[in-house]
Amino acid sequence: MAAGTGSRMSFFTRICAGWLIVIVLGAIFADLIPGLKDPNYQGFLFGDGATNERPSWNHLMGTDNNSRDILARIVYGARVSLVVSMTAVVMGSVFGGFFGALVGFVRGKTDATIMAAVDVILAFPGLVLLLTVVTLLGRRDLMVIAAVVGFLSIPPYTRVARATALAVSRREFVMAARAIGTRKRTILFREIIPNCLPTLMAFALVNAAVIILLEGALAFLGLSVEPPTASWGNMVNAARVDLTINVWPAIWPSLALVFTVYSLNNVGDHLRRSKAVRSAAL
Amino acid sequence: MTDSMQTDSVDPGRTLLAVDDLRTTFSIPAGDVKAVRGVSFSLDRGRTLGIVGESGSGKTVLARSIMRLNIGSNVTTTGTATFAGRDVLSLSMSEMQEQWGMEMAMVFQDPVTSLNPLVRVGRQVTEHLRSHLGVSRAEAHKTAVSLLNEVRIPEPEARLKAFPHELSGGMRQRICIAIALACEPTLLFADEPTTALDVTVQHQILNLLGREQRDRDMAMVLVTHDLGVVAGRTDDTLVMYAGKVVEQSPTTSLFASMRHPYSEALLRSLPRTSHASHTRLAAITGRPPDLIDPPSGCAFSPRCPYVQDRCRDEVPPLTTGGSGDDPDHAFACFTPVGSPEGAEAFARNVSDGLPQAVAVDLPTGDQMSAPLPTGNERIV
Amino acid sequence: MLPFIAKRLVRLVATLLAVSFLTFLLVNLLPGDAINALIPIDAQQDREFVEQVREEWGLNDPMIVRYGRWLGDAVQGNFGDSIVTSRTVSSEITHRLPVTAELMIVTVLFSVMLAIPLGVMAAYREGSRVDQVISGMAQLFLSIPGFVAGLLMIYIFAMKLGWLPATGWNRFSNGLLDNLKTVILPALSLALIEIAVYTRVVRSDVMNTLQENYVLSARAKGLGNRYILFRHCLRPSSLTLITVVGLNIGTLLGGTVVVEFLFAMPGLGKRLLDAIFQRDFMMVQGITVLIATIYVLVNTAVDLIYMVVDPRIRKAD
Repeated sequence: MAAGTGSRMSFFTRICAGWLIVIVLGAIFADLIPGLKDPNYQGFLFGDGATNERPSWNHLMGTDNNSRDILARIVYGARVSLVVSMTAVVMGSVFGGFFGALVGFVRGKTDATIMAAVDVILAFPGLVLLLTVVTLLGRRDLMVIAAVVGFLSIPPYTRVARATALAVSRREFVMAARAIGTRKRTILFREIIPNCLPTLMAFALVNAAVIILLEGALAFLGLSVEPPTASWGNMVNAARVDLTINVWPAIWPSLALVFTVYSLNNVGDHLRRSKAVRSAAL
Repeated sequence: MTDSMQTDSVDPGRTLLAVDDLRTTFSIPAGDVKAVRGVSFSLDRGRTLGIVGESGSGKTVLARSIMRLNIGSNVTTTGTATFAGRDVLSLSMSEMQEQWGMEMAMVFQDPVTSLNPLVRVGRQVTEHLRSHLGVSRAEAHKTAVSLLNEVRIPEPEARLKAFPHELSGGMRQRICIAIALACEPTLLFADEPTTALDVTVQHQILNLLGREQRDRDMAMVLVTHDLGVVAGRTDDTLVMYAGKVVEQSPTTSLFASMRHPYSEALLRSLPRTSHASHTRLAAITGRPPDLIDPPSGCAFSPRCPYVQDRCRDEVPPLTTGGSGDDPDHAFACFTPVGSPEGAEAFARNVSDGLPQAVAVDLPTGDQMSAPLPTGNERIV
Repeated sequence: MLPFIAKRLVRLVATLLAVSFLTFLLVNLLPGDAINALIPIDAQQDREFVEQVREEWGLNDPMIVRYGRWLGDAVQGNFGDSIVTSRTVSSEITHRLPVTAELMIVTVLFSVMLAIPLGVMAAYREGSRVDQVISGMAQLFLSIPGFVAGLLMIYIFAMKLGWLPATGWNRFSNGLLDNLKTVILPALSLALIEIAVYTRVVRSDVMNTLQENYVLSARAKGLGNRYILFRHCLRPSSLTLITVVGLNIGTLLGGTVVVEFLFAMPGLGKRLLDAIFQRDFMMVQGITVLIATIYVLVNTAVDLIYMVVDPRIRKAD
């Protein structure tokens, strides 16, 4: 990664990037990790362990108030964060990126209409709109949550892509392509969209962090994936009640959440900085 | 002007600013930019000095170095700049702050960007009056009105309430001058004060500066890329190239006989009223020198029509001419303009087909006999 | 300037109409027929009674008619009645709005007051140890969501140290000190992200401003560093800061929902959550429209403030 970006990553940024890789791999291959417990196994029901256990060799992070292994729940909980944020990034950059680049390039009525719709959706504070829509759908499995978050990610990406496309459309090479009579569709796909991608990718990293925080908040309110499916936010919420007894079930998922978001921001800042250097060199 | 001048003909009590071997270097990733490479001069109270050179010659950096306005951790300035008996280069920043505005002031090149667009003109004219002299708001306002009157701004009361963007470029430069004059400094730096202005306004601003300088008996350093600006306006002139002084002289004797090829080239690039309006202007061939790795020998040698082999190896010292010359007129050249060595070198270069010599030779062919303007002639 | 304001107001009205319609659309698609909230399931055997109630609440009309009716009432300040508590939505809102408003105002004021000196200091000493500490802290704060910060603060300041109450709310009328005690922790939880965002904005903006020629000329006038930073640099930077505060009100409004839930504060956000769980569609609609309205109004206000602060824009229009 460091070699690809062309500028040196600091030691700390390497740790952040490493953590992101660990989280992604852990979430994908959770089922294959040797020794990882079943995240929904409630040991105390079977006389096997207790609730709110302190960290031990058996449970590295202890158990929660349902005597489930916290480490396992964090690893599986990463799936929720990962799936939701990836869906948001993919849907946002594919649909939002396309619409934004399109209307920023062709302008006119299409632009006015689409941007009016975008403005209306963005007039809602994100979490409030998310709350209402998620409640509306009734079912709250991972796919539904991801789809809603993904759908609501389209407007912000549209806005970013449009602004970038507007700027790109004024660049000389686009003027030149127009002047020699290149077809609009060709210009859009060959010139405009590729030149919007770097900005969109930088936005995507920041946005992924925002989405993880948003899903965390939603889960904390009990409105993300339904229990017993683990997500970092609902783990914190569940641990809230027993804070006086044992604070660790709240601390671990909080740490996972904070460090993941921090890593995304840190790596994102690094990429933006190195890209700034590169574009200045051009 | 030169060292000999300081000891012989100048009363030390009259000397306001004496700069000795001043060097300023900027460290950037590509290397050390040696913007000023050993400049010495002195300036008496109430006198004017012109510093002339093209962009990148180090003239602005020199002025800012003396005022200690080059900010950033990558700048180093060595040498001394004795101002009113104290070496300003060794003052602390808070001591410097007392000098700024009060003793030394500066008028900048671009009046559009050197006024804060979001602050009313009134506050910008009075804020340092109030902080330096502790005068009351009402008093500062009165001073501001009289200052604006002085710099010939009509309806000063209304202008003080205006924002900078509501005024024209010339008007804004007048405001900047009023700001610089507010605390009655003894030394004023005018750094290309007319470059960003319309030609019609340039003269008014220069005349204004000249009048204020005389009326207040204030010393002034006029930094410009335009020889025509210093002609008739400054007592002495210093021509800079690649961070060094190449010619240093009383202005009248400089225009009477230019000795350095670079000064001559600068003059040649000016439009002159004595020539027909369609006369081609001579550009100086070649590019300004690389200040990270300056040419060996004379820095102007790669572009000089008089260049000899010696010029490429040896740095010519700043010396005065022969017995017939003004003893205060110094230049750094082995083959000075108007000398037999110069004429010989030039002729040789033309016959060798050296591009910069041929370029000068072609348009008029009379570079040796062309009537160069005197210091009192109006240029443009 | 006046045509500009007029144009902004027309756009404002159009946006608010669209926002209210979208909310209406969303809320009316809520699963779980509103009738379930009105009549207990076992009482729904009586078809005639159910029909009567539906008619009474206007549930049988087409949606566009119901929207028109709701809008007509809404512009007169009547947002309908809560299905659950049968109080009017507007009375609930007026009761709870001050709580949320106080929380937000305290948060924004506190964050701005802290972020300005931090950002200015970091910019002035760019690259120094001070800058590294401030920027690092901002990056960390940016990653701590309100509920994590809130829970941590409850644990430390309420449970371990016992300095402040963990939950609950004392109204302003119960005394300033008691009121402040209940607002500190929630406001701090929300403030972390705000501080981080504002500090970063102020830092990068002041860094740019410091490169301006007018800063150099202010130095050449012999003005003090602090004077230059706060009286010359901060004013242009404050424009960006105001915009960012405006845009961030959206995140903040979302944050109040979470924090009010965590601290059991009787604010709008908590009421919205309760209403969502109770399928109290009139209440959800009223509060959502109100929140979106606040957001849109704040950002319109930001545009107008912009004109006041930046004389160039004022002139241009």
